Amino acid sequence: MTTLEDAISRSQHRSWLSRIASQQLFWIFIAAIVACLTLSLITDTFASERNLFNVARNFAFVGIIAIGMTAVIASGGIDLSVGSSVVLSAMVISVLMADGMAFWLAAPMALGAALLVGLLNGVLVAYGGMPPFVVTLGTLSAVRSLAMVLSDNKMIWEFGPDHGLLLWVGGGSTLGVPHPLYVLTVVAIVMSLVFKWTRWGQHVYAVGGNEHAALLTGIPVKRLKVSIYMFSAFCAGVAGILMAGWLGSVTTNLGQSMELTVIAAAVIGGAKLAGGEGTAIGAVVGALLIEVIRNSLILLGISTFWQGMFIGTFIIIAVAFDRIRHFRS
Amino acid sequence: MTRLVLSGISKSYGAIQALSSVSLVLQPGEVLGLMGDNGAGKSTLVKIIAGNFPPSAGEMRIDGETVVFHKPRDAQRQGIEAVYQDLALCDNLSAASNVFLGREAMRSLGPLKYLNYRRMNEVAADLFRQLKSETRPRDLVRKMSGGQRQAVAIARTLLSQPKIVMMDEPTAAISVRQVKEVLDLIGRLRDHGISVILISHRMPDIFAVADRIAVLRRGELVASKPAAESSPEEVTGLITGAIDAA
Repeated sequence: MTTLEDAISRSQHRSWLSRIASQQLFWIFIAAIVACLTLSLITDTFASERNLFNVARNFAFVGIIAIGMTAVIASGGIDLSVGSSVVLSAMVISVLMADGMAFWLAAPMALGAALLVGLLNGVLVAYGGMPPFVVTLGTLSAVRSLAMVLSDNKMIWEFGPDHGLLLWVGGGSTLGVPHPLYVLTVVAIVMSLVFKWTRWGQHVYAVGGNEHAALLTGIPVKRLKVSIYMFSAFCAGVAGILMAGWLGSVTTNLGQSMELTVIAAAVIGGAKLAGGEGTAIGAVVGALLIEVIRNSLILLGISTFWQGMFIGTFIIIAVAFDRIRHFRS
Repeated sequence: MTRLVLSGISKSYGAIQALSSVSLVLQPGEVLGLMGDNGAGKSTLVKIIAGNFPPSAGEMRIDGETVVFHKPRDAQRQGIEAVYQDLALCDNLSAASNVFLGREAMRSLGPLKYLNYRRMNEVAADLFRQLKSETRPRDLVRKMSGGQRQAVAIARTLLSQPKIVMMDEPTAAISVRQVKEVLDLIGRLRDHGISVILISHRMPDIFAVADRIAVLRRGELVASKPAAESSPEEVTGLITGAIDAA
């Protein structure tokens, strides 16, 4: 017979091992590790320094945006316009730098342009009461068009006096680690703390879990939603600047259909499209798994046409896993 | 000092008159049992007092001062807390997080402020102990029983040391043992001088705990009298219209 006191103060009724094993993230992480180990054994190119460097850099872009997407999805929304925010940010910085502006001035302008896209999304969703899917579908189209107007649909590959700096920021490496990976690491650590330890993070999950309840408790739901969409656009803006430097040239098809990969990464990493769940680490692991799949298909000599099939299967497996877990409990 | 005075509160939706000129008085530490058939206007009245929407006409006074609420936050600032029928909880958060939602306990580390989970868990555990409910602060609400969810919703209201707590059918979906616990809790709120407005369909619960009984029928207040001077038979008659007014 346990007393009331014991019952209340007992914090958990399961061991830490069974708790970890019930996390989708754990299994996705295992899948990524297994894929990496298998590839290292059956190909001699996967574990090479050059290839790992490429994998690390490529997944960083998707990972950064997927963290922003996770915030949106955890709040019960969706942001389809991230790919367009990427190209707008890249286009603003490259047009301004080609005109002779310094990197340190052009970069904030590019981020500002992306933030305006997020502001528009957020205001239309929160204050306009429109469904996020439709709003961001609209900005997906409108913002890419704006990037075309801005650049006259020309490729830009000369970035003025700070040309070398932009290429270094996006495409360079320090201590053998590509710069985008540093940015991803910082964003992931900061956002993990923000999601878990701040009022903002708590409210994101609350709105995603039960928006009506959040409203009744006096959470400023509308302002919160605007900030969430702005954060997502900010992440896309950062990725846009890094991608401009990495590619060394910017065209208006940059980031095209990237939103699908990003949403896939977030969902595989445990973000729930119905809202209320999702972690920054999950987004990173999801992005990593997608990049490993993509990379392994190339190394194994399988046609890249199969890529969509593998990623699609993983999305469905991830969601099915979530269903099974809920069914059991 | 009278805690709450409603005078001539009316609410209409287009041609439909949900409430017509309801006047009520609530004393500190008084438990008011609000009864009526479905559609009699109980929920509308509670939502007006909780600040969900303003009345079409009428005046509300708390501790002698006229108040006008535009949103639930306004009512909360005046010490009015409501436990809704659907409980308004976030299933994906822990019990303690739900109790503190919107007024989280924070700690400072230099200029940084972060959530004080330890304090929130301790305070929530304390409230659950007061409620004598076996509810673990760290558990997700998704995994909880009806009674535990009720305890979380009631603990929420206690956090702000309210003047008035309104409960919409708190005993509708819980076990017999927990009905007694909830009724005991209402008694404890009264002992602390908190006024309670209790909506329920369960006649025994109302008579077990209410000091005064008010009956609404088709938007009109047909009775407001001490429970000791009434009986379940009379109240049933008032609800159905067999008795005109008392």
